[in-house]
Amino acid sequence: MYDVVIIGAGVAGCAVARELSRYKVNACVIEKCEDVCCGTSKANSAIVHAGFDAAEGSLMAKLNVQGNEMMGELAKDLDIPFKRNGSLVVCMHKEDLPGLKTLYDRGVANGVKELKILSKEEVLAMEPNLSDQVEGALYAPTGGIICPFQLTIALAENANVNGVEFKFDTEVTGIDKKDGSYLIHTGKGDIESRYVVNAAGVYADEIHNMVSGKKIKIVARRGDYCLLDKNVGNYVSKTIFPLPTKLGKGVLVSPTIHGNLIVGPTAVDIENKEGTNTTRAGLDDLISKAGATVKDLPIRQVITSFAGLRAHEAGHEFIIGEVEDAKQFIDVAGIESPGLSSSPAIGVMVADILRDLMGLEKKDDFVSTRKGVLNPETLSIEERNELIKKQPAYGNIICRCEMVTEGEILDAIHRPVGAKSLDGVKRRTRAGMGRCQAGFCSPRTMEILERELGTSMLNITKTGSGSEIVVGRTKEQV
Amino acid sequence: MKAYDIVIVGGGPAGLAAAASAREQGIQSILILERDKELGGILNQCIHNGFGLHTFKEELTGPEYAGRFIDKVKELGIEYKLNTMVMDISHDKVVTAMNREDGMFTIQAKAVILAMGCRERSRGALNIPGYRPAGIFSAGTAQRLVNMEGYMPGKEVVILGSGDIGLIMARRMTLEGAKVKVVAELMPYSGGLKRNIVQCLDDYGIPLKLSHTVVDIDGKERLKGITLAEVGPDGKPIPGTEEYYSCDTLLLSVGLIPENELSRGMGVEIDRVTSGPVVNESLETSIEGVFACGNVLHVHDLVDYVSEEATRAGINAAKYVTAGEKAEGSKVDIIATEGARYTVPRFIRVDQMDDLLTVRFRVGAVFKDSYISVYYNDERVMHRKKPVMAPGEMEEIKLQKEKLQAYPDLKTITVKIEKE
Repeated sequence: MYDVVIIGAGVAGCAVARELSRYKVNACVIEKCEDVCCGTSKANSAIVHAGFDAAEGSLMAKLNVQGNEMMGELAKDLDIPFKRNGSLVVCMHKEDLPGLKTLYDRGVANGVKELKILSKEEVLAMEPNLSDQVEGALYAPTGGIICPFQLTIALAENANVNGVEFKFDTEVTGIDKKDGSYLIHTGKGDIESRYVVNAAGVYADEIHNMVSGKKIKIVARRGDYCLLDKNVGNYVSKTIFPLPTKLGKGVLVSPTIHGNLIVGPTAVDIENKEGTNTTRAGLDDLISKAGATVKDLPIRQVITSFAGLRAHEAGHEFIIGEVEDAKQFIDVAGIESPGLSSSPAIGVMVADILRDLMGLEKKDDFVSTRKGVLNPETLSIEERNELIKKQPAYGNIICRCEMVTEGEILDAIHRPVGAKSLDGVKRRTRAGMGRCQAGFCSPRTMEILERELGTSMLNITKTGSGSEIVVGRTKEQV
Repeated sequence: MKAYDIVIVGGGPAGLAAAASAREQGIQSILILERDKELGGILNQCIHNGFGLHTFKEELTGPEYAGRFIDKVKELGIEYKLNTMVMDISHDKVVTAMNREDGMFTIQAKAVILAMGCRERSRGALNIPGYRPAGIFSAGTAQRLVNMEGYMPGKEVVILGSGDIGLIMARRMTLEGAKVKVVAELMPYSGGLKRNIVQCLDDYGIPLKLSHTVVDIDGKERLKGITLAEVGPDGKPIPGTEEYYSCDTLLLSVGLIPENELSRGMGVEIDRVTSGPVVNESLETSIEGVFACGNVLHVHDLVDYVSEEATRAGINAAKYVTAGEKAEGSKVDIIATEGARYTVPRFIRVDQMDDLLTVRFRVGAVFKDSYISVYYNDERVMHRKKPVMAPGEMEEIKLQKEKLQAYPDLKTITVKIEKE
């Protein structure tokens, strides 16, 4: 019996796990996929929003602004890159200029600091590649960019080091209320827990509806993205949004924390909660929309495209708290944008709820920091050679586009909540994330996984069971 | 810091031939840096035959062809380092490299020969919509898995792109027991060699669908199928022509891109058409003493031409090292136009050229019963009829030093394709 089971190892679930691990509690995260960060958290804009967008007085606004403020220190503690590059909401038509003032006022009311409305001249001086049509912009210096994989992975590792268990490939199929606890049925057997946290992303409604008579509905709102080569990563320096519409914040153009350029997302509500396929119409749509805010978007530099699903709830508000007709069951639902930005604050809020409900006490030995996978490029040549002498694998480049060494891949595999698949390695080290998109390094990374996990090449997957890369030995079929 | 007369980046066919020829010119201090665990480059995975007809007048497999040059390099006692990645080359030819044994180290080179080869264009670069499952491979990655690692990427295969590696892999996968359902090509003509279409597709009854492309990818974890559609003259899919193929594997053979990250890093000027360095008649880049050859310079059709080109690069690098200074001479631009997409070299200095200089180029479309024409300034000096020219095969012209020297006030040489 666990004290707390968290369903879902996305950024919200992992943030809750990490904050909860400050307390004396027996907790476990269960996840249907093979790794953390496999759903909504892996495919989004990778932006830390300033917080001017959400409605005044909403939980979303409060947690966004709090999360943004917390992100700097959290990133330092967890040794992940984060940059406040600032964001611009650009206005392309004179008649829409009042929209900027509305956003500005909302931002001030939400507690966003340093907001400023810029004239056409000011904004063009700041971002010369913006469309000449721009009439003005709202500038938010506190907006930032982050790696959503690294944030989620770091939160999970840190939670794990502090005692939280992780169970993967464990899909919840049903939940029974018992006296003072819940019996969670999974594909890998039953798990009993006194408290349950529902951080199941696009499936949070299904999980909620297993225990509550007051049904909720989460709609998967798909967004297509294009990722562009590092050659054009500095095409803009700030995150460029158009003025928002009813469907969301519109198509942004932004540098990523790793130096690529990201363009997206579209917004299409879909039935299939696994529907992470891009569409021709979606890609064409986002390219034309992004082309409206920046001039001559270098779209030929695209290296990959992908789609993510936002966990959209009709009220467009985070649903966080104990479920009224299901005591000891805490929803963390409707976590769509700005969910990533809010995640540090969501973690604290939910941990506080559980502390108060359960009367939890703080641990004395909580480890608040974590060291990431060492990037040898941050070392001097002397330090690097010292490292290679001790661990020659750091002298062996596996991914030549992103210059990732075997040493980093070994670290990613063997650290807490380590990588088990090509995508797992990729999200922890960037091997395969560059311009050749793993053409050269995937056979070599597969060999390393085979050796280190003591398995066969036939069992190496892209991203968990069912996504095996090779189907057999040669000469078997003839 | 260690110093070498010539550092060669890449131990594939280009690097090997360049090294051998430089040594034969008398340069003792040569180092080849190779990132893979053996010399030979991509030829090691090309186990089919058809290599060397021009160079050795016999048909060899890729590894055999590479083996001849590897043997020569070893006989000549040329130094090389394997499993060694070149991280950076500075403008003044300091090469920074790394491997497990030596760590990170730097070498001062007098001359550098760039021979890094090329990489395959990925699915992402084509922006094909759909899911992103396992089972999508660039043809060369699949070739490595099958021929070097001994694993089958899948059993039911669709191939997009009719580049040579895709055609070769259609046959290879078939011979290994897989079912290759179709090869689709976006263009109205194949990007591969005619002989490969006959020997790899026709002989095995594999259909080639020209003017077709993949418009959707199905399957969340592992590929389940793809949708093909016909494309119109604008290259856009024609609605209503979609056809679903179930398959567990999609191989992409949709173009090769010279790998010039190091060249760009050191400031070498890159040609927008070839994506390789702009070079002169000596295969010297915009940085003096830095030469380029093989697929890093422009993507070749036959390795024989790579060897020939690299041999010239080696000779010229040796000349540069011996002379110790930049060779001078007035520049004549070669302009590729009207059907000719580019030329290598892009300009020549008549005084520096060999008596006979081969200029290679590719055409931008299929031309039948057309002429390769060469103009000195505005005067047509060559007009050679060819029954067929296609983008998949390289064309060449030969320039004679004697004639160029005799031509008064030569400013430009123009290469074009003419109907009559």
